[in-house]
Amino acid sequence: MAGPERSWTSEIVAELLLDAEARRTPTEGIASRWPEFDLDAAYRAQDLAVRLRVARGERIVGVKLGLTSVAKQRQMHVDTPSIAWLTDTMELAPGTAVPTDRLIHPRAEPEIVFVLGSELCGPGVTAARAMQSVASVVGGIEIIDSRFTGFSFTLPDVVADNNSSSRYITGSLQLPPDGLDLALEGCLLEVDGQVVDSATGAAILGNPAHALAFAANELAKRGQALEAGWVVLTGGLTEAVPLHPGSRVAAHFTHLGSIVIKAE
Amino acid sequence: MSAGLVEHDNTHNAAVHRATAQRLSRAYERREATDPVIDGHPHLGVDDAYAIQKQQVAGWIESGDEIVGYKVGLTSRAMQIQTGVDQPDYGHLMRSMFELGHFPIPSTRFIQPRIEPEIAFILARPLSGPGVTMADAVRAIDCLLPAIEIIDSRIRDWQLTIVDTIADNASSGGVVLGGHPVSPRSIDPRLAGCVLHLNGEVVATGAGGAVLGSPLNSLVWLANALGSLGVTLEAGHVILSGAMTRAQSVRPGDTVSAHLAGLGSVGAVFATDTQEAA
Repeated sequence: MAGPERSWTSEIVAELLLDAEARRTPTEGIASRWPEFDLDAAYRAQDLAVRLRVARGERIVGVKLGLTSVAKQRQMHVDTPSIAWLTDTMELAPGTAVPTDRLIHPRAEPEIVFVLGSELCGPGVTAARAMQSVASVVGGIEIIDSRFTGFSFTLPDVVADNNSSSRYITGSLQLPPDGLDLALEGCLLEVDGQVVDSATGAAILGNPAHALAFAANELAKRGQALEAGWVVLTGGLTEAVPLHPGSRVAAHFTHLGSIVIKAE
Repeated sequence: MSAGLVEHDNTHNAAVHRATAQRLSRAYERREATDPVIDGHPHLGVDDAYAIQKQQVAGWIESGDEIVGYKVGLTSRAMQIQTGVDQPDYGHLMRSMFELGHFPIPSTRFIQPRIEPEIAFILARPLSGPGVTMADAVRAIDCLLPAIEIIDSRIRDWQLTIVDTIADNASSGGVVLGGHPVSPRSIDPRLAGCVLHLNGEVVATGAGGAVLGSPLNSLVWLANALGSLGVTLEAGHVILSGAMTRAQSVRPGDTVSAHLAGLGSVGAVFATDTQEAA
């Protein structure tokens, strides 16, 4: 941007990113324009943005984890996952096509999803304690859509951008967690009928239960808890695949059934 | 082309096949990788490559080894794109290639080993293509076992074209089979998850469908590919269906284990340098 640099705040970042989403116009990284932009400022911007969403009528329905694979953490030079908010407008009803005309450059990734039966409040939550609050496990596909040009961002950038959250869809099969080995729960990712990738739940911090415990403990630092009825998207099992109009993406799980989405 | 020219070509090709097979055999003996097969022979095709593979197998049989099965390779989309092919390939599994879990495997047996977690099919009855269907293949299976395949290349730095790897017995090295047989009736190998640990850390995950859409497709493809050459898969043969995750390099002292949903686990230990000296 030409001219004298305005003085940056987390409020400005939140508004800028919501505006980029609304106008389907990606923006350049914040960190390159605001040198002092750190992770704390990024989470402040993320929280401010979700408050603005709530103020315009959206409802918080859960959280999602990002950077849950060792490969992605290395790529971003971090050793912990990140967390972001999900609202009701992000949920796609079964059979609904992904509206690519309203998104910037959407990508899809398969995930293991928890539905909470009771509140889960950190700190000190273990994987075992976390699983006690899980009512059911479902398969899901998350649509991510960075508000940054070319999906190019730093860690504070992507955190402020609500971890690139855009849409998500969950499968219709809800299983109780008892008796499921989520580390070995397999997932095949197909694009237009061809297998392009595969993984198991072990790709998520060794077991998605650890991602859930992390979410509870991380939110506790911000004075918040995971609420009963919330969904928790535990992180992409595979690399995200680009979604083009007309493409069909399917995730087939060992026990959690299949989820198919179409982009239009 | 006159008959004389064809004959000259055949004689020339046979000589190239023989020389290449000998060069690869020397690489095994010296445990030292050699130049790509196609260096100096850019005209060699897939048929030449299988002829070179067959010559080495004939040599191994002559020195007392035995064919006990086959491996199917280049079964993942990633590997096919990397190699520029849209077909898998196969290699021969010889009796001497089989190792046991728990017992340290001498790393000196290999040049530049990598490991891959796989599903192995053990056949109850012969399977003879062409024309083998999924139904025929499923009925011929006695059981499934989890497997770790040790792949290795006699070609320097794994600089492979499709011709190089086929000529080099589809980069076969060794096999470790798990010991808990599972009936094909009790598992869907396509959706079976797989977690690969290297020295206690998760290094890769995958599912059966990463193998040609299903590991069973590998078996059908192999039976038909061999069938068109007049070769039958025999009862008792071990068929390695293809890698469920990306291959991982291993070094002396490494411990690997693969956990396959519904199939249990299989491990391999690579001897340390001191263990080998002892």
